[in-house]
Amino acid sequence: MSTMSLRRRAPSSNARQENRDGLLMIAPTTIIIGIIIIVPILWNVVLAFQDSSLRTIAEEGLTGSPTLDNVIGVLTSRGFWSSLLTTVIYSVGATVGSIALGLAAALAFRRPFPGRGLMRAAMLLPYVAPVVAVAFVWKVLLNPQYGLINSWGTTYFGWDEPIDFLGQEPFALLTVIGFEVWRYFPFAFMFLTARLVALPADVEEAAKVDGASPSQSFRHVVLPQLMPTIALLALLRLIMAFNKFDDVYLLTGGTAGTEIAPVRVYDQLTGNLDIGGAAANALVLAVILALFLVAYMRFLGRKEQS
Amino acid sequence: MNRHALEMRLWPVLRWVLIVGLVLITVFPFFYMVLLSFVPIEQLLQHPERLWVPFDQLTTETYAEVLRSEDDGGQGFAQFMRNSALVAVGCTVLTLLVVIPGAYAVARLRFRGRRFMGGLFLAVYLFPAIVIAIPLFVGFSRVGLGTSLVGLVLVYIALTVPVSIHMLRSYFETIPVSIDEAATLDGASRWTTLTRITVPLAMPTIMSTALFIFMIAWNELLFALLFLVTDRDTWTVSLGLTQLSNGIEVSKTVLMAGSVLLTVPVVLLYGLAERALTEGLTAGADKG
Repeated sequence: MSTMSLRRRAPSSNARQENRDGLLMIAPTTIIIGIIIIVPILWNVVLAFQDSSLRTIAEEGLTGSPTLDNVIGVLTSRGFWSSLLTTVIYSVGATVGSIALGLAAALAFRRPFPGRGLMRAAMLLPYVAPVVAVAFVWKVLLNPQYGLINSWGTTYFGWDEPIDFLGQEPFALLTVIGFEVWRYFPFAFMFLTARLVALPADVEEAAKVDGASPSQSFRHVVLPQLMPTIALLALLRLIMAFNKFDDVYLLTGGTAGTEIAPVRVYDQLTGNLDIGGAAANALVLAVILALFLVAYMRFLGRKEQS
Repeated sequence: MNRHALEMRLWPVLRWVLIVGLVLITVFPFFYMVLLSFVPIEQLLQHPERLWVPFDQLTTETYAEVLRSEDDGGQGFAQFMRNSALVAVGCTVLTLLVVIPGAYAVARLRFRGRRFMGGLFLAVYLFPAIVIAIPLFVGFSRVGLGTSLVGLVLVYIALTVPVSIHMLRSYFETIPVSIDEAATLDGASRWTTLTRITVPLAMPTIMSTALFIFMIAWNELLFALLFLVTDRDTWTVSLGLTQLSNGIEVSKTVLMAGSVLLTVPVVLLYGLAERALTEGLTAGADKG
């Protein structure tokens, strides 16, 4: 209906004016995204197929001859597959953990109590605070020599010796996942709270009248209604955790079994100045992510049809 | 006791345990950060288990040291904070200038490629930053923006544009079209409608978007690390803290003072606009 009327109106000067204004207003945004994001992405693809270091790029620009060496090199190096596995464990662990904790928090804060507003605001602190500052506090808290956690652990909890949380497998990976859960559960909390507020009360009331216990009412009435929000959150969080660089870089620098893919790319780029290799690695990452997104959309589309 | 009665007793207790636990884990690291920032390093090394420090042993020398310029034997955080403020404020203002008309166009106007634009912004938002980092790192050093705050601002604008467009568009769409139409009938042009009617109506959302942009720019590390690391005069607070904490010559408590200085501006702004921010962020949560 609206497309019909649009088509009929199309030749009028009004619609042409609107088209022009629209393009004009969106132009600055498009130009910036184009220059700072789209062009670099395309250039990254080119770099991935060139044998380039910083020096050769300065000399030859973009004209190096294409080669598959980088991509093959990335796929055949042992470090790549183990870092990919680490990335997957890290992203899935962080995503599941942060959504579960966020859901628990949203349910706990659902009914009003004195001080709820203030406490709710406090709960978002890990999410808004600068990552460098909070990573640094965690590092101090977990330090084996002067860290509060180890000091308490050995004094009160009967640990035989301090635990090197960030420098020893498998603690390091568990700790960075814990950090990610801590930092991003507020995000899930916020979304799920917004959704809970919007739920109609009558179905739950009816379940209550019929004698449903709180856990039954949650499982059969509340949770199904939250599922679309949880699915969206899971997708967003998974993608963001998969791309995450700074958290792990700051906590462990990628050592002790925490070498996630973005940290590996960063090390290739700044440590070895292996630009071609880093670009190829980044490209492979992006392709995996795109495949994942496509699969998700397919799955979603089929679900909506049935 | 049957299951129902058990649950009725159990859940309220668990709920309070959970609330107390959550508040503890979210607030405690910040409390500890502030505490340590006022403690001399010897106190931390001698008594790592302490949660309270005797009042007469607290010091503000940590803050003096971290803020003093490097020439005066300090760490130069005053300079870093100035750099961060310049970058974050510059990025916020410029992004808003670009994004307000953009979001209005996407929300209101029919133009060719509108649908495509919407998809493009979402895709860009989800793209790994590390992928664009490499070409930008190479490209910016070639055109001489390699170690400048201007280059950093440009990158931050591009990084914050997609999410800002999303936040503003969702809100613009809730403003009734009839208001725009009435203005047009009265002879107002598109720009006049935007600046005189839409922007004032959307002010709260614009403010929370601004806050969000500021936060991203103030907190960012990866690009600051890639672009600015060789020139100490251009370091942002995040970068300065990262670089100094890697060495051993600066004491941890002094760096805690630096962490507090990095955190305070964000938390202050957030405290002022908490409600608006959460509403802005979750706008469209169920629409996707």
